[in-house]
Amino acid sequence: MPVEMIVRSAATRSGPLFGLALIALAGPAHAFTAYISNEKSNTITVIDTDTWQAVKTIKAGQRPRGIELTKDGKFVLVAVGDDDTIQMIDVKSGEIVATLPSGPDPELFTQDPSGKILYVANENDNTVTIIDMERRARIGEVQVGVEPEGMGLSPDGKTLVNTSETTNMAHFIDTTTHQIVANVVVDARPRFAEFKRDGSELWVSSEVGGTVSVIDPAKHTVIKKITFAVPGLRGEAIQPVGVSITNDGKTGFVALGPANRVAVVDGTTHEIKKYLLVGQRVWHMAFTPDEKYLLTTNGVSNDVSVIDVAGLKVIKSIQVGELPWGVAISRQ
Amino acid sequence: MIRLLAATALLIPAWLGAPVTADPIEFKIGYLRLVKLKTTISLVAMPADNDGVAGAQAAVNDNNTTGKFLTQQFSLADVRLKAGDDPAAAVAGLADRGISLVIADLPADLLLKAADAERARGMLLFNAGAIDDRLREGDCRANVVHTAPTRSMLADGLAQYLVWKQWRRWLLVVGSHDADKLYADALRRAAQRFGAKIVQERVFEDTGGSRRSDSGVVQVQRQIPVFTQQAAEHDVVVAADENEVFAGYLPYRTWSPRPVAGSAGLVPTSWDSSNDQWGATQMQDRFVKQFARRMTALDMQAWMAARMIGESATHTRSTDTKAVLDFLKSPAFALAAFKGQKLTLRDWNLQLRQPILLTDGRTIVSVSPQEGFLHQFSELDTLGFDRSESKCRLK
Repeated sequence: MPVEMIVRSAATRSGPLFGLALIALAGPAHAFTAYISNEKSNTITVIDTDTWQAVKTIKAGQRPRGIELTKDGKFVLVAVGDDDTIQMIDVKSGEIVATLPSGPDPELFTQDPSGKILYVANENDNTVTIIDMERRARIGEVQVGVEPEGMGLSPDGKTLVNTSETTNMAHFIDTTTHQIVANVVVDARPRFAEFKRDGSELWVSSEVGGTVSVIDPAKHTVIKKITFAVPGLRGEAIQPVGVSITNDGKTGFVALGPANRVAVVDGTTHEIKKYLLVGQRVWHMAFTPDEKYLLTTNGVSNDVSVIDVAGLKVIKSIQVGELPWGVAISRQ
Repeated sequence: MIRLLAATALLIPAWLGAPVTADPIEFKIGYLRLVKLKTTISLVAMPADNDGVAGAQAAVNDNNTTGKFLTQQFSLADVRLKAGDDPAAAVAGLADRGISLVIADLPADLLLKAADAERARGMLLFNAGAIDDRLREGDCRANVVHTAPTRSMLADGLAQYLVWKQWRRWLLVVGSHDADKLYADALRRAAQRFGAKIVQERVFEDTGGSRRSDSGVVQVQRQIPVFTQQAAEHDVVVAADENEVFAGYLPYRTWSPRPVAGSAGLVPTSWDSSNDQWGATQMQDRFVKQFARRMTALDMQAWMAARMIGESATHTRSTDTKAVLDFLKSPAFALAAFKGQKLTLRDWNLQLRQPILLTDGRTIVSVSPQEGFLHQFSELDTLGFDRSESKCRLK
């Protein structure tokens, strides 16, 4: 959910930001910083979005995957599953400064709009762990289906959605009571949940089922199932994972895994507009804060593709570490 | 989802209107197995007493986690047959207990007896154990779903890799048991299909004797070089030895320094406890946690069977075996089983399509189908007998 977070962190940082703002002003207006988690090499590759160069490699814990910035933009959070923790990287120093009690084998997580609460999917325990970010303490957990994975928070922060990969459901959790209020059956191995910014739709990707379910979050029903067909590819190769939707809700992007393509989906009609060829086994995506570019992590080809969002074309690929998985982009 | 519910509503309208607070729907699953003593060459490969049934139990536990949200409960009844017991009577006993979904780990002949018993009572069997091609070909049954791969699928998965590796010249060593001959047939067929050449065949006679001894290694390291010497020039030794008589002794002992594949060395299988890709680590972890041992291929084949029942329950909410089978044959069915792609059912013989893992017992070396082996419908159908070759007429 890097997009939502970046937009919100931008809003909260409308006031003076002192030292950080000065650093930002020194560079070109659109120079952002992308952080890529490399699952195999246990590193974070730092990319300058002005030059599209990898400028730094940060050594992380074992098996880094889910990655996000904190709402205040000061830290990069990265789930290092094999170390059973979430590491906090200080964006100024590029150093790991703290760890969070994420519960075992964290993979994906999301933050509440205030940035005070972190929700983590623990795949091995069929639970979602709730963490108080300030106290860095665990404050609750919710029992969900088998192999919880995708985590999405409604824009108003009231509903957390978790997907469970073997149960094949999207669980709707009330963030006040920590109770499950609804379960929506989707296709096999649901991996990612993304709300539209206005909260009108929830998109859930099913990696093995090969579809994206568009869910009405109020009625808890599937209103549309998006299917994909790439000429020359067998159905089994189409494996939707990451989902990113533009702020205006008009365009959705779906990473199709070993199909090596990102599908461009009309946000209103849910029809496929185009398939963009990226690197091999494309996992996750994030927009730059100005929404001009979308970065994709390509797991097997060890690179990141840069998509021009207005032109709907791939303009660049950048070599990163081994098996890149997640991406988060900072304004700084 | 909408489409699916509409379709199933026609079959079982009563379930759909049921409120979540209603009494749970119970899905009773039988597990029918022949208790047999299998002795392996490797001590670490000796099967556990709950081999297979533990996999079914793991899936039942997974189904029950899901079932919490759907007011569904799953249970497993383990029925053990001894040599000479009548499988038909066992099936009748299960039917009397209201169990019509049965996972079977039986040899081919017993499986057919079980399948043909109590047909009128709507029994649906899941063959988790028998790899015989004939059960999916001339002897196929309309009430038997197969989660175990076939010998031909295993042989094809291996052959594709050996050909990709350019190890095209095979020395085929075949045991003297009937099952070994069937596996050798599948390997010969695979060699021909994918462009390998069997340069020579040798038979390793089973003259009896135990696998365990206090000084066996001394003799074995002399026997195997002699057995494999003066063979035609070959790239790889391929062994067909399902009864574990000799294949385990081949690696590192052949006359010429060649890799071994088939029943030892590089082994084609539906599962290995070293598989850690595509989310498999979670499966392996929770299996070890529940059963204090690692998950075998038979466990996985039984897990897939019980998960297929669970998937059907989630989508159709019906215990009726016809509704279950209709769902499994429909395009709405896709099983996620940690193999990198969806598994579906071949509608012409009810065989579960699946990739074949190639393992050396420590890691996954590769997974077939290999890149470049193409198919007009599913690349998984490059493994085993395809629709156009099939002799199966379901009845």
